[in-house]
Amino acid sequence: MKLSCDINVRHLTRVEGHGNIHIKIQDGKVEKASWDVVETPRFFEAIVVGKHWENAPYICGRICGICSIGHTLASIRAIENAFGIIPDKQTSSLRLILKHMETLQSHLLHLYFLAAPDFLNVGSVFPLIESHPDVVQRAARMKLLANDACDIIGGRRMHPTRTVVGGFTMLPEKNQLLQLKSRLEAVVADLLATAELFQTFSFPDFVRETEFVSLKGDKHYPFIGGDLISTDGVIKAEEEYLAMTNEYMVDHSTSKWSRLSRPSFAVGALARVNNNFSLLHPVAQEIAGRFSLNAVNHNPYMLNIAQLLECVHVVLDSISMLDELLDTPWQAPRTPVEPKEGLGVSAVEVPRGILYHAYEFDASGRIVHANCVIPTSQNNANIHYDIIELAHQYTAQGKSDSEIQQLAEMLVRAYDPCISCSVH
Amino acid sequence: MSPVERSYLGVPINKPKVAFFEMSSCEGCQLQMLNNEASLLDFLSLVEVVNFREAMTEKGHDYQIAFVEGSITRSDEIDRLKKIRKQADTLVAIGSCACFGGVNQLKNRFELDWVKKEVYGDYPIDTRKVEPLSAHVTVDLEIYGCPIKKEEVERIVTNLVLGKSIEHPKYPICVECKENHNVCLYDLGEPCLGPVTRAGCDSWCPSNRLGCWGCRGPVDEANVTQLKEIMAQHNFTMEQMLDRMECFGGFSEYITEMKK
Repeated sequence: MKLSCDINVRHLTRVEGHGNIHIKIQDGKVEKASWDVVETPRFFEAIVVGKHWENAPYICGRICGICSIGHTLASIRAIENAFGIIPDKQTSSLRLILKHMETLQSHLLHLYFLAAPDFLNVGSVFPLIESHPDVVQRAARMKLLANDACDIIGGRRMHPTRTVVGGFTMLPEKNQLLQLKSRLEAVVADLLATAELFQTFSFPDFVRETEFVSLKGDKHYPFIGGDLISTDGVIKAEEEYLAMTNEYMVDHSTSKWSRLSRPSFAVGALARVNNNFSLLHPVAQEIAGRFSLNAVNHNPYMLNIAQLLECVHVVLDSISMLDELLDTPWQAPRTPVEPKEGLGVSAVEVPRGILYHAYEFDASGRIVHANCVIPTSQNNANIHYDIIELAHQYTAQGKSDSEIQQLAEMLVRAYDPCISCSVH
Repeated sequence: MSPVERSYLGVPINKPKVAFFEMSSCEGCQLQMLNNEASLLDFLSLVEVVNFREAMTEKGHDYQIAFVEGSITRSDEIDRLKKIRKQADTLVAIGSCACFGGVNQLKNRFELDWVKKEVYGDYPIDTRKVEPLSAHVTVDLEIYGCPIKKEEVERIVTNLVLGKSIEHPKYPICVECKENHNVCLYDLGEPCLGPVTRAGCDSWCPSNRLGCWGCRGPVDEANVTQLKEIMAQHNFTMEQMLDRMECFGGFSEYITEMKK
């Protein structure tokens, strides 16, 4: 008998924010498949208008609880670009380590607490506390390290306190960095164990050819600023971001959608890996081989593995940056700021993909206009088209409604969507 | 969830069923709950989590304590909140958005039509004036902060479970700042709402050399007139003071007085 079903997942669990999956199949024919974002908008771009520049990182950092460090740094960079401030090496390194540690804690939260339960057939991480105590303890141990690192450098793991335009309000103590370095060295073994755990999972073999957008690395795997690139061959400068994002509205979503060369594109760990594979740390590249992940990979479930590769990369990269910082005497934590009239744009790779902040200032440094383009809002259209294709492929393969529902939920989770962020 | 039975002074502790919900927010306060790596497992053994969409698929509806994050910005949230209120014996508002409207209420400075047009152009979008939870339901307990501080949450939840009374500090952040031997932010050239903001965060921001923005709302009998003088003495503008006081909504009733 041909499959007929009406799958309605209202407020998908184990993701940040509110989204619904709807798949309707009649006699083996997909009649409707969609990803609907029903999150309430908070209007950040409007609420900062008229505010002095100092308010922007503090307020806009609060767009997101998971990647508040990324938002804060994107906001700071946009303002520094507008005012012509170029951060010194010390500030740049500390900001990048801070961002790395946010990437690490966010990816680990996703891999262990949100994604892994699907592969182990449980509804949350909570039953694993008893069935897989070593796994949960390892996750908690690594996440604690990443969060502690954010406390040490950013002042606070969520909504950081020390990160300001021009630098930092205060610097960590060198012995704190030394301890951090040895804890990071110890975490490498835990990450290798994580790779072994994920090698035991079976990833769906779903493929849909996709355009991937990210920052373009030059000498280093890119995280903060630089040119923008797509796997379809588009290259733009950071300040030309609007030509990359092309936002528009659709009826079934309070999040804006984006498109570039095709009806949708993807951002995030897999997009970064696909565009910058050769710049990943060699150990991360070696692990990619174990999962047969080569650039360009078009299987969205492999986002989980791309996140794992980035965990390895950011830990090893942080260790070498810490070495350099420890060998150099501290400079002043911050430089003075002089506001200027004009526009400032920043592109920063946050855990879920490329994030843009742009502000237009008047001569007194007050915000005239603001725009923030969020990774998940760029991904929402791609998730939607993935779900349509998934419904078609898996119906044709004769999968049951419950299997299709689970695969669709896992697919959305693989994107690690930050839905409240996407509506902001 | 761990089945380990807990006791306090030999008396078994009732393990309440708890649920987490969010209205309009960054979901950061719920994430703070998961950010307690060192004490998370201990904390989880105190309660039975039956509903936590951000972390689990199972959805139980027989909870006694509901933790609600976020502010009210759309009509459907009022219905959801009322249903939660009906079920929960204790409704706890967590974070500045739930307690005062949070950064979201900065939207209330503008006409709604302008706000919608600025972000969505002519595309129709549903929103309303931002309100805290208490505008629509009785809130039994408020946990302040943007974000909430996990140590404070754990202390409050432990007291809730043990049936002990819960009291917030009646003194301002300055007291904690002194205890932490911090140099006064005013002496470092930074504006700070520490003198008028309710303590309980252990002077989280000032200890990191960031002046307080008042996310926890006003201390009892906040002396805003005196704060105005301190700001003026240190050459800070009324705009700088207002920026901070209006940021999270806790000081809304003082703003009119201040502008006099």
